[in-house]
Amino acid sequence: MAKSPNSFARRSSQAMNWLNDRLPVTAFWNNVMTGYYAPKNFNFWYYMGSLALLILVMQIFTGIFLTMHYKPSAAEAFASVEYIMRDVNWGWLIRYMHSTGASFFFIVIYLHMFRSLLYGSHQKPRELLWVFGMFIYVALMAEAFLGYVLPWGQMSYWGAQVIINLFGAIPMIGDPLTEWIRGDFFISDATLNKFFALHVIAVPLAILGLVLLHLVALRENGSNNPDGIEIKANKGADGLPLDGIPFHPYYTVKDIFGVGVFLILFSFVLFLWPEGGGVFLEADNFVPADAMVTPAHIKPVWYFTPFYAILKAVPDKLMGVVMMGASVGILFFLPWLDRSPVRSIRYRGMWYKVLLAVFTIAFVRLGMLGMAAGTPAETWEMRVWTLVYFMFFVLLFFLSPGGKTKPLPDRVTH
Amino acid sequence: MSSDDVNNGRRRFLVATTSVVGAVGVGLAAVPFIQSWNPSAKAKAVGAPVEVNISKLKEGQLLKVQWRGQTIGVLNRSKAMVDDLSKVDDKLVDPESLNAIQPAYITGEPRALNPEYLVINMHCTHLGCIPTLVPEVGPQPFDAEWNGGFYCPCHKSKFDLSGRVYKGVPAPTNLTIPPYSFAGDHTVMIGVNPEGAA
Repeated sequence: MAKSPNSFARRSSQAMNWLNDRLPVTAFWNNVMTGYYAPKNFNFWYYMGSLALLILVMQIFTGIFLTMHYKPSAAEAFASVEYIMRDVNWGWLIRYMHSTGASFFFIVIYLHMFRSLLYGSHQKPRELLWVFGMFIYVALMAEAFLGYVLPWGQMSYWGAQVIINLFGAIPMIGDPLTEWIRGDFFISDATLNKFFALHVIAVPLAILGLVLLHLVALRENGSNNPDGIEIKANKGADGLPLDGIPFHPYYTVKDIFGVGVFLILFSFVLFLWPEGGGVFLEADNFVPADAMVTPAHIKPVWYFTPFYAILKAVPDKLMGVVMMGASVGILFFLPWLDRSPVRSIRYRGMWYKVLLAVFTIAFVRLGMLGMAAGTPAETWEMRVWTLVYFMFFVLLFFLSPGGKTKPLPDRVTH
Repeated sequence: MSSDDVNNGRRRFLVATTSVVGAVGVGLAAVPFIQSWNPSAKAKAVGAPVEVNISKLKEGQLLKVQWRGQTIGVLNRSKAMVDDLSKVDDKLVDPESLNAIQPAYITGEPRALNPEYLVINMHCTHLGCIPTLVPEVGPQPFDAEWNGGFYCPCHKSKFDLSGRVYKGVPAPTNLTIPPYSFAGDHTVMIGVNPEGAA
């Protein structure tokens, strides 16, 4: 007897019911995907969140495979990375995916953060969403720094030396603190082994937890959008926002398209330019760590250089560290520094466009100067841009409440 | 049990005391984990003095050795180098090394037991890089009136040939001098004070 066409459907629905009575799979899916109404006017900038998630998964996946061949000891680390690059089957690909992936992670995160400055996504009621994002960013910087130490090349070693000694600038507890971080009186095997543990398990776990908080906070108020107006203010008879569309299938499909384009770009760099011309992986890091010789030109990887430039610009050890810390720390307070009555740059006055443009130039220029050798002229330029960097936040605080704005539309625009 | 039976004062007291005891327990349990990050007994044991033979160290040459994980330099200074030290005094933060980390038996501008030999911890007092010896007197990319000294490639700190820090650079203090002594004319013992000195 032939099966009735309905019996499969009936059985699978029974199976779903059995499952849903024990685990709310359908309810969860509806809540976060098909029942999550996101503004219909997302643009390019709204790819970055899902791309960041993609890279996070990729870094965890490739990282797991790297730990299968890497040896976290000062005597063997450098050779084991070369072993991965030369002898492990496809090891070069996995390693380059991981190291190039780190730089792409920061490219995507910086664009993701810039989106917030464009459209005011950090403003009420999304302050905590931004703060969780900042914690992810700081954890990511720690993760990237720890990871850069693991190959135990010259830049790993001296980068660790410089970064750990930053903590030594703290009055009173500085020296014992650096000793505690190193686990030795100098950067040694103990330091490397510790950093390995932090890099592969402690910090990634923290990042995953923070990402979860970030997403839960996102779901609570929903995404902001390029117009910066609340779509929940205009609901149809069915109670759903008129300017919203279900996240699935509309934005899942959009994001998959974004993933496709991203992977093309990523593959291009991965296969043809994996070291990014010495910017993603520095030449000095292909020399084994040597405690007796500091490389002639020591600089961090590109994603740290804006803050590193601020450190270099200040001619005082403690103040330099304080200013560098403040340059990252001040970002946490952005939701409360930006007091503008409108969110999106589209409806803010010219003053904000100029301010944001100058700030962006300052950030990029600081990044470039942070990599440079540091002539006296460059040092003065760094000081100017450091001032500009901080002035952005000061001016934003004082200008945003009264700054000129344009009238907001009732509905999102196209 | 009706709510009349609840003794709220006692309940608050019990919750508070249990919380305090729990917090103290967590605090104490954290100690071993925090302490495990400090240098191990093995790391502490590796601290023996280092013996350096300087009989073949020519004038102007710098010899680097490792002592307790630090790079220690021994520089053979010419008489001219020592005599010219005071030329840059007005450009220095601390020409008399009053705030420098150095043994009590190290004094004055040469900062050495024997002015000819500078024994110095090579790590920059800014962030621990190793400054490069640039002994030539004359214009340098980083200083138009260079009098010879050490230049840190990391953050542009400058030190003279006694390891004294210049003004206007990130390093806060002069390079440090480790405890050392001479055992005969050509042997430096790094990590051993001279006899009679504390």
